[in-house]
Amino acid sequence: MSDLAWIDAALVSARPQAVAALLRYFRDLDLAEEAYQDACLRALKTWPQNGPPRDPAAWLIMVGRNAAIDVARRRAKQTELPDEARLSDLGDVETAVVQHLDDADYRDDVLRLMFICCHPDLPATQQVALALRIVSGLSVRQIARAFLVGESAMEQRITRAKAKVAAAGAPFETPDAAQRAERLASVMAMVYLVFNEGYSAADPASDRAALCDEAIRLARLLLRMYPAEPEIMGLLALMLLQHSRLAARFDADGGAILLEDQNRTLWKTPLIQEGLALIDKAMRSRKPGPYQIQAATAGLHARAATPEETDWAGVEALYAALERHAPSPVATLNRAVAVAKLNGPQAALDLIAPLADRLDGYFYFHGVRGAYLKQLGRAVEAREAFNRAIALANTPAEAAHIRRHLDSLEAATAKK
Amino acid sequence: MLYAILCYNDEAAVFSWTKEEDAAVMARLDVVHRKWEASGKLKPSLRLLPTSAATTLRKKDNEVLDGPYAETKEQLLGFYIIDVDGLEEGLQFARELTAANPGGAYELRPVMLYNPGSPVEPR
Repeated sequence: MSDLAWIDAALVSARPQAVAALLRYFRDLDLAEEAYQDACLRALKTWPQNGPPRDPAAWLIMVGRNAAIDVARRRAKQTELPDEARLSDLGDVETAVVQHLDDADYRDDVLRLMFICCHPDLPATQQVALALRIVSGLSVRQIARAFLVGESAMEQRITRAKAKVAAAGAPFETPDAAQRAERLASVMAMVYLVFNEGYSAADPASDRAALCDEAIRLARLLLRMYPAEPEIMGLLALMLLQHSRLAARFDADGGAILLEDQNRTLWKTPLIQEGLALIDKAMRSRKPGPYQIQAATAGLHARAATPEETDWAGVEALYAALERHAPSPVATLNRAVAVAKLNGPQAALDLIAPLADRLDGYFYFHGVRGAYLKQLGRAVEAREAFNRAIALANTPAEAAHIRRHLDSLEAATAKK
Repeated sequence: MLYAILCYNDEAAVFSWTKEEDAAVMARLDVVHRKWEASGKLKPSLRLLPTSAATTLRKKDNEVLDGPYAETKEQLLGFYIIDVDGLEEGLQFARELTAANPGGAYELRPVMLYNPGSPVEPR
């Protein structure tokens, strides 16, 4: 790796901590970002000559703060720029900052930075865009490409989101335990939103798909800050296990491949190993939650070398647990998939029948229902359900998948 | 003379590498690995998952803790076992690794007892 690439990786990994601490000093997001940018420019000048500092985040915080203060002074007094030599000699100062920034401060800073992106007035996509901009430090251009919108449209969206957040006022008081838990829950939900944006991309090499890696990076950051929090382990495990299937999830034309039809040798073993290790760790705490339960379900699929080896009774039990912890018709719908494997399509249809009202606008409900009706030979009703699903499909890949069902239904009817 | 080469780096930076950067580093390391393997000097080596996946058992009170044993600025991310003539050759290996993968540090520790155990198939 060249100097520049190494420095770049160090800057990227130090960014959340540095921007978060600068935000605490300046209490202004734009000022904090400007100060961080200034510090990065200086890092690019001095690190290649002097070598990387022992603690890049502390260096960036110190230099960023000084730079911003110098700018303010210069504006006031029209004095000269400080010379670079003074800025590069930060050994002692660095140590002082490290001692000052103890772990609790650092955790609350980074959590605050992530939390302000989760403002309830912001729609999900804006939360994601804002987090990618200010926590991850992606450029507006990169974010625009990930969302498949123009750069100026994305710029506007982010500016509006920032204005809303600024108007709401960032919560600078140190959170108590209950507030911290609430913030953590919002932040975990936001990180999972980032992941799901990436997960919906059909092209594994696209900027959009790269959002999955970014979400995983953010979750690892959260877990380093809260190493004993089982739901963060669950969230990270869930994303790792889902992401492990990336190369197997789409055919060459971008068509979705169902879990049971995927080539499992394409699943990424290191991601699965990390995910399974995290589930094992989380289970020891005996504090189950929705992320852990979903991760455990993904873990059962990951452990099955072939679809036939899937522990469907385990999957069914986990979805039943999910229904208790986070009741939702979608959890029931997922349980129906396991029930169909265990007790046949009629049992699954019986289970989802009461959901018809609530899930009438939901693509998967009609897709799954159509598949069971088809298995039972109820072709007319199956066709009706599939047509409904196609009308509700969110992506071309989803529509294409239902289209294949319809085609095989036509073929079967023609044979008769 | 057997040495363990313990690889330390800032895992937040390493796990921030893009797929391309990671692949490029692994490809450059692979050249070094092959060269030393060919001369029979490179023994087992391994790369560890992030410390967030680690669990620690404290022997004193049989307490199980989440996370790695040592909270350090740079983390143990993997190691090599090499069979070399002496420290100089070990350092030579570490320098070649450094050229392929800068950042962090390699600790060279002479091995007291070596038990290769049964071969492990990477899963």
